[in-house]
Amino acid sequence: QAIVWDEYLTGPFGLIAQYSLLKEHEVEKMFTLKPGRLPPADVKNIIFFVRPKLELMDIITDNVLREDRGRSPQRDFHILFVPRRSLLCEQWLKEQGVLGSFIHREQYSLDLIPFDGDLLSMESESAFKECYLESDQTSLYHAAKGLMTLQALYGTIPQIFGKGDCARHVANMMIRMKREFPGSQNSIFPVFDTLLLLDRNVDLLTPLATQLTYEGLIDEIYGIQNTYVKLPPEKFAPKKQGEGGKDLPTEPKKLQLNSAEELYAEIRDKNFNAVGSVLSKKAKIISAAFEERHHAKTVGEIKQFVSQLPHMQAARSSLANHTSIAELIKDITTSEDFFDNLTVEQEFMSGIDTDKVNNYIEDCIAQKHPLIKILRLVCLQSVCNSGLKQKVLDHYKREIIQTYGYEHILTLNNLEKAGLLKPQTGGRNNYPTIRKTLRLWMDDVNEQNPNDISYVYSGYAPLSVRLAQLLARPGWRSIEEVLKMLPGPHFEERQQLPTGLQKKRQQGENRVTLVFFLGGVTYAEIAALRFLSQMEDGGTEYIIATTKLINGTTWIKSLMEKLEPAPF
Amino acid sequence: MSRVRADEEEYWHSSKFRAFTFDDEDDELSQLKESKRAVNSLRDIVDDDDDDLERVSWSGEPVGSISWSIKETASGSTSSLDGRDSSLQKGSSSYAALPKQASSYSLSSLFKGRNKLSSFQSLSDALTDTGVKNYAPELRRPKAEYKDYSSDWSPKDTVRRMQRGKVCSLERFRSLQDKLVLLDEAVAGHDGNVITAVLIFLKRTLRREILFRELEVRQVALCHLIHFLRETGEQKFLLDLLRFLDRTEEVALSQYREHLNIQDVEKRREFLKGCIGLPFSAEDTSHVQDHYTLLERQIIIEANDRHLETAGQSELFRKYPRKASILNMPLVTTLFYSCFYHYTEAEGMFSSPTNLKKTFKIPDKQYVLTALAARAKLRAWGDVDALLTTKNWLGYTKKKAPIGFHRVVEILQRNNAPVQVLQEYVRLVEDVETRLNLATKYKCHDVVIETYRDLKDRIQLTAYKCKVERGSAEEEKIQSILSN
Repeated sequence: QAIVWDEYLTGPFGLIAQYSLLKEHEVEKMFTLKPGRLPPADVKNIIFFVRPKLELMDIITDNVLREDRGRSPQRDFHILFVPRRSLLCEQWLKEQGVLGSFIHREQYSLDLIPFDGDLLSMESESAFKECYLESDQTSLYHAAKGLMTLQALYGTIPQIFGKGDCARHVANMMIRMKREFPGSQNSIFPVFDTLLLLDRNVDLLTPLATQLTYEGLIDEIYGIQNTYVKLPPEKFAPKKQGEGGKDLPTEPKKLQLNSAEELYAEIRDKNFNAVGSVLSKKAKIISAAFEERHHAKTVGEIKQFVSQLPHMQAARSSLANHTSIAELIKDITTSEDFFDNLTVEQEFMSGIDTDKVNNYIEDCIAQKHPLIKILRLVCLQSVCNSGLKQKVLDHYKREIIQTYGYEHILTLNNLEKAGLLKPQTGGRNNYPTIRKTLRLWMDDVNEQNPNDISYVYSGYAPLSVRLAQLLARPGWRSIEEVLKMLPGPHFEERQQLPTGLQKKRQQGENRVTLVFFLGGVTYAEIAALRFLSQMEDGGTEYIIATTKLINGTTWIKSLMEKLEPAPF
Repeated sequence: MSRVRADEEEYWHSSKFRAFTFDDEDDELSQLKESKRAVNSLRDIVDDDDDDLERVSWSGEPVGSISWSIKETASGSTSSLDGRDSSLQKGSSSYAALPKQASSYSLSSLFKGRNKLSSFQSLSDALTDTGVKNYAPELRRPKAEYKDYSSDWSPKDTVRRMQRGKVCSLERFRSLQDKLVLLDEAVAGHDGNVITAVLIFLKRTLRREILFRELEVRQVALCHLIHFLRETGEQKFLLDLLRFLDRTEEVALSQYREHLNIQDVEKRREFLKGCIGLPFSAEDTSHVQDHYTLLERQIIIEANDRHLETAGQSELFRKYPRKASILNMPLVTTLFYSCFYHYTEAEGMFSSPTNLKKTFKIPDKQYVLTALAARAKLRAWGDVDALLTTKNWLGYTKKKAPIGFHRVVEILQRNNAPVQVLQEYVRLVEDVETRLNLATKYKCHDVVIETYRDLKDRIQLTAYKCKVERGSAEEEKIQSILSN
């Protein structure tokens, strides 16, 4: 059999299955899905692994129609939808007259994909758009299903908290599903004490700001996809000088980033300004370790040294990689434009001059900086001012469409619908109250040895994570007023546990909370939650789940009108 | 990285980070290896390429990852694939040997003692454990299993079956009442897939007016239908629906969106013309009107200029051939184009900058900025001067820059303006500090000297003396000021 892959799926699938495993299951060949005739392959079965998207159905149709009917043996087609079989897509295939060509149509329910020891994602790129622009709650249904699976594996979660309309929906669905499948009552000792469901639109601010943790910056600048990042190759020159240093590699350097790498686990969540000192300390340690060999005199000593070599060499190459990445990032963070951009962001977040047209934004438009950058800043200003004055909003919109094209009216409308960009209504700006009550802006931030989550944005404490923190201690009752200012209801549900499964907590044992971000989460927010997990007197550990790992750029992009016609 | 950038600079500079290399020691190391062949058993490890933590192919992807092997199968021939087999296996095993993370808050650590389910690490884990069978595809199931239409499922059961991905016939639901119950059940299930399937059925079997009327009171279903129509491009049906619902602004935007699918400019222009009367918000109405007018102008300009260019008689077009057509470009780009190729034209001409400025009510700031950039690019310094000169009614002239002279200097500098031109505008920068900065940066010595003179800053002036050329006019100038 051969598999034809929707390219988008190969990333997530790579995280759970290796090719060798598929080979064991008699997968002979793999192709990427593209229009035209399928490549020849001497196999009986062709299986399409695809997301349920109409444009992909068109490609499949094309593949099937061009298949040579005369060939022998004839090949059989199957289709496997990830994560759900879509009747809409099948209907579409039927209209194209190819539905009958598929012998099997199945689904592969891949709801939550593990990205790291404490991180699960559905990798549903359009979840936010679907929920908030199109009122399509399918992704919430998947989220609820994923949570049911998780509960089947890790026990019923006794407490559910939530904030936002989507959170309410998911909780409702979970309760309903539980009622409808009484068999799902399991006898597993619960791992999670609490589930916290958070709508992304409760905190629209955080993803718009530039993340300043190491991992966050890698994502902002190079984009991390399914734990892999592609980097410009120049800094990763071949290590052996003898190999003719002239021809530098032209292929981007691809690296996997996760906590399995010791060094990365240590620095990923640090503020970038604290990364340098860690790297230099490591360099000294490793140099010292390699120096050791000069002191190794006896065969026994040498043997011991050699036995440590693989580990040291791994550490060395890891250090070399991250030093190069840090250099690449530093080139950008020390640029004038990065600094100016950050200054404006920080002014907005701390509440300075959010009610008038900003000079820097105007300058950026005049110089035709990337549109997404402009949109991020304007939206940030809007969110930090509970909406812009009509005059200011109109001015920005005008400048944007005159400079970038009238068709962006559509994108601007989408942003308004999502609440990212809006006129101030009632002339009231709630943001200062929210900022002060939740202590979103901290003036005395310590980037090296942080004592508060605000270090992840060098001053701004992500609202979403603050909500999680306050929920653990002292509880949301203390912030009722502010919760009412944020969109959507807040609620608490309890799921009854059979006696015997109720946890008797040991003194000093941490509670475990699963935080589910509906509509996406940033690496900086994850870092902030990990920071809370590690706090000595924190008392709560966090596991994070989300519909998609996002940053401001990918998020805004998902809301933009696709201006290019589809290539097929 | 916040406002205290200086500190940050310091530590980066104080510690030196360079790619960690051991080249100078390589030889020693191999000597060591050589001489100690006695430690034979360990040789394999030492010989291993140094950073082969996981086996990595030329593109840097771990061998054995799915996207890697796709590339391989796509490019390699069948024969070479067999040869790779062993390395693939080896690659994946070394990959699996990656140290698992040791953090205290990992999912797996939560499950001490429950090895089998400890994490979702791999598909094979899931396969070996029957409890998580839903992670594995079940391809080979008898066809009959999902073709049981016959049974008489209730709406609720039907929806549930569909949610589990089974095919159900909906044809049995004949009466309006039944269909609506089915729809409500689907909505209650929140599964968009099922909701859409039911909607497709309803759309096919109900009269439009009835469908619309019923959807009006079922907002969730309505949203799904709108989304569906948008996805499938059933524009006319969608517009009918939105009109029925009186969602006029959405109708307008939705129709306007269509222009993006029209490649032919003439047709696109006609289409946009038709959009003008649509019920947009007041703000958008004027934008759409402008969009149409702009495209109309661009078509005229394009036809004219293409002719000029091919005729080869215009020196400007010969010297600076156009890089792309002006069609469908944004307004500001069009203005730049017009300032570049049609600067001197009379206002009556469609392609003249002043005409564009008037028609689209381009603000002064925007206009000056764009014109300046265009003329500076052509090194037409006289035009730059004229652009920034205003005459009052008495005939006095004065230099004025709505964008601020520091921006003027930046733009000119970017276009490699000579110092004589630059310094004239640097001199006009009002803020003394900015002026000094710019003047120093761009070596406008005269301006620096005059500014220090006006500030009566002897110390700085003396210091600046070392920066100008020895024996130059500037040095003399400083000397004479200092001695006064």
